[in-house]
Amino acid sequence: MSIRILAAALTAALLAAGPAIAAGDMGAADKQAINPTAIAMFVAFVGLTLGITYWAAKRTRSASDFYTAGGGISGFQNGLAIAGDYMSAATLLGLSSLVYATGFDGVAYTVSFFVGWPIILFLMAERLRNLGRYTFADIASYRLDQSSVRTFAALGSLTVVICYLIVQMVGAGQLIKLLFGLDYAVAVVLVGVLMVIYVTFGGMIATTWVQIIKACLMLGGGLLLLVLTLSQFGFSLEAIAAKAIETHKAGPKIMGPGSLLADPVSTVSMSLGLVFGTAALPHIMMRFFTVPNAKEARKSVFVASGLIGMFFLVVAVLGMAAISIVGANPQYFEGGVVGGKLLGGGNMPIMHLAHAMGGDVLLGFMSAVAFATILAVVAGLALAGASAIAHDLYARIIRKGQATEAEEMRVSKLSSLALGVVGVILGIVFEKQNVAFLVGLTFGIAASVNFPVLILSMYWKGLTTRGALWGGFSGLVSAVALVVLSKTVWVAVLGYATPVFPYEHPALFSMSLAFIVTILVSKLDNSQRARAEIAAYDDQYVRSQTGIGAAAASSH
Amino acid sequence: MSDPVYQRVRANPKFQQLVARRGRLALVLSLIVLGAYYALMMVVAFAPDLLRSPVAEGGALSIGFPIAAVVIVVSWLLTGVYSYFANGEFEDLNNQIVAESRK
Repeated sequence: MSIRILAAALTAALLAAGPAIAAGDMGAADKQAINPTAIAMFVAFVGLTLGITYWAAKRTRSASDFYTAGGGISGFQNGLAIAGDYMSAATLLGLSSLVYATGFDGVAYTVSFFVGWPIILFLMAERLRNLGRYTFADIASYRLDQSSVRTFAALGSLTVVICYLIVQMVGAGQLIKLLFGLDYAVAVVLVGVLMVIYVTFGGMIATTWVQIIKACLMLGGGLLLLVLTLSQFGFSLEAIAAKAIETHKAGPKIMGPGSLLADPVSTVSMSLGLVFGTAALPHIMMRFFTVPNAKEARKSVFVASGLIGMFFLVVAVLGMAAISIVGANPQYFEGGVVGGKLLGGGNMPIMHLAHAMGGDVLLGFMSAVAFATILAVVAGLALAGASAIAHDLYARIIRKGQATEAEEMRVSKLSSLALGVVGVILGIVFEKQNVAFLVGLTFGIAASVNFPVLILSMYWKGLTTRGALWGGFSGLVSAVALVVLSKTVWVAVLGYATPVFPYEHPALFSMSLAFIVTILVSKLDNSQRARAEIAAYDDQYVRSQTGIGAAAASSH
Repeated sequence: MSDPVYQRVRANPKFQQLVARRGRLALVLSLIVLGAYYALMMVVAFAPDLLRSPVAEGGALSIGFPIAAVVIVVSWLLTGVYSYFANGEFEDLNNQIVAESRK
């Protein structure tokens, strides 16, 4: 039992910031009977988003439209879109099932997923907006060597994007098999095709609106489910808690911290990875460039934090309520054995709760929302990957800034097509794999490779190109190594008895190493170039603070 | 060579004021959020029993739940505080600095 809970916790922890679905349990998903309500609602969603893509395609003329919706998204809209990026299917399914399984521990994890957002607002939002244009590499290479740092940053982004895409694809396949009764491969191809359509035709404008609609559906569905659920308990949280204690086999223990967070090192490492990994995810950072200025960027994080916080609280209550409603109903267990294996695996409590509260219609709606979520997130990922390839690698490095906008956009569209193909192929290849290690890797890389370079380039005058490259590289190697040596790969994949690295989360170690190496190497760098880079910080500082010289919203 | 516009901004006392005040606000709020969060996590790790006591005498709901909810709500309200000042007072100051730098 404890291993299963740990696996659920780990996956939920790692998956919360965007990727699809807690993978460990999904591998065992059986194909269900075809669910026409869910499919109808999903088709309606896809129809609506394709309509939006058609509308957006006519408005996507320049590279700026394509990458950042011309900077013309308002703070409120962008807040919804950020919330959409963050409230993944993993948050809905993974966190609620974690609360269902562990009670208070799940709630404590939920808090961990949230606190990164205020910190991003206080320390990063305005600088990101004022220094960046299309990608995070713009910020890192502002005063550092264009070709090496931009290449490094673009490859860091691409690695994160592709790892994420695989997770999403596998999650989509498992989910659709479970909820819609279609084949795995069909689901993966469907997701790939839709993603490529949204991105190549509609660019960031379409991607943003897909994300906004999905966020509204998810919040609306969550709130509806909450009201229906609370009405069963006379709108009393005390009644939910009392009933949950009565039903859950751990009894009153679920009201307090259990074994999940007993190890402070893992707790700190997890929280560092979550907070700073989130801040360094390419598709999240990209959202800061879609608003016209720093003021709107701040507004969007305020809106996003409110929506995410509210949604997390809703999910926590639903998880607790599911303990007594789903956990006591033989209908939701394999073979009708209460306390046995949940139908569809450990991530399903909230879906069963939807069924218990609103029958097939609400179940269908929530299934469609969960799947729509994956589509929205992969579109954001594909766009982030395409911009790294087209804007950073092609236009800036290969063509040395000589590419025309039309050429750059053509490469972007080809890149998103290529990413779609890669995503589908890898999604099929990884079908049977436990993708938890990929998620760990994704967060480890984002927090250890992208984040130190990003934050030091914004905050530390002394950063040099050599320091950024060495530091970023050591973060990459150590994050990969620690994930491989941890239980997720060493034991679960390679089959050794005990992990070499005792913790599940690498960030505390790999991120610290990246910072230390970056700072040491920068300090030891006495080259001419390093001196110029340090001197250039003063101007960058003024721009990061005031926005003077920042890319403005396009005029149309 | 430093851009003359940026040099003018740096020489503007309002810029120093903006940077110092906004930076202090961001730092203080970050410390409050991280302090509250890590305090909760350390209680979870080292003194879990503190969170298990019920909200009401003999009740089922433990105080851990409302405390976790309060951490989320307060952190969010602080993003409102930051946005209020950064988008109001500091933004005005910033606009003055930008206008003066174009002289």
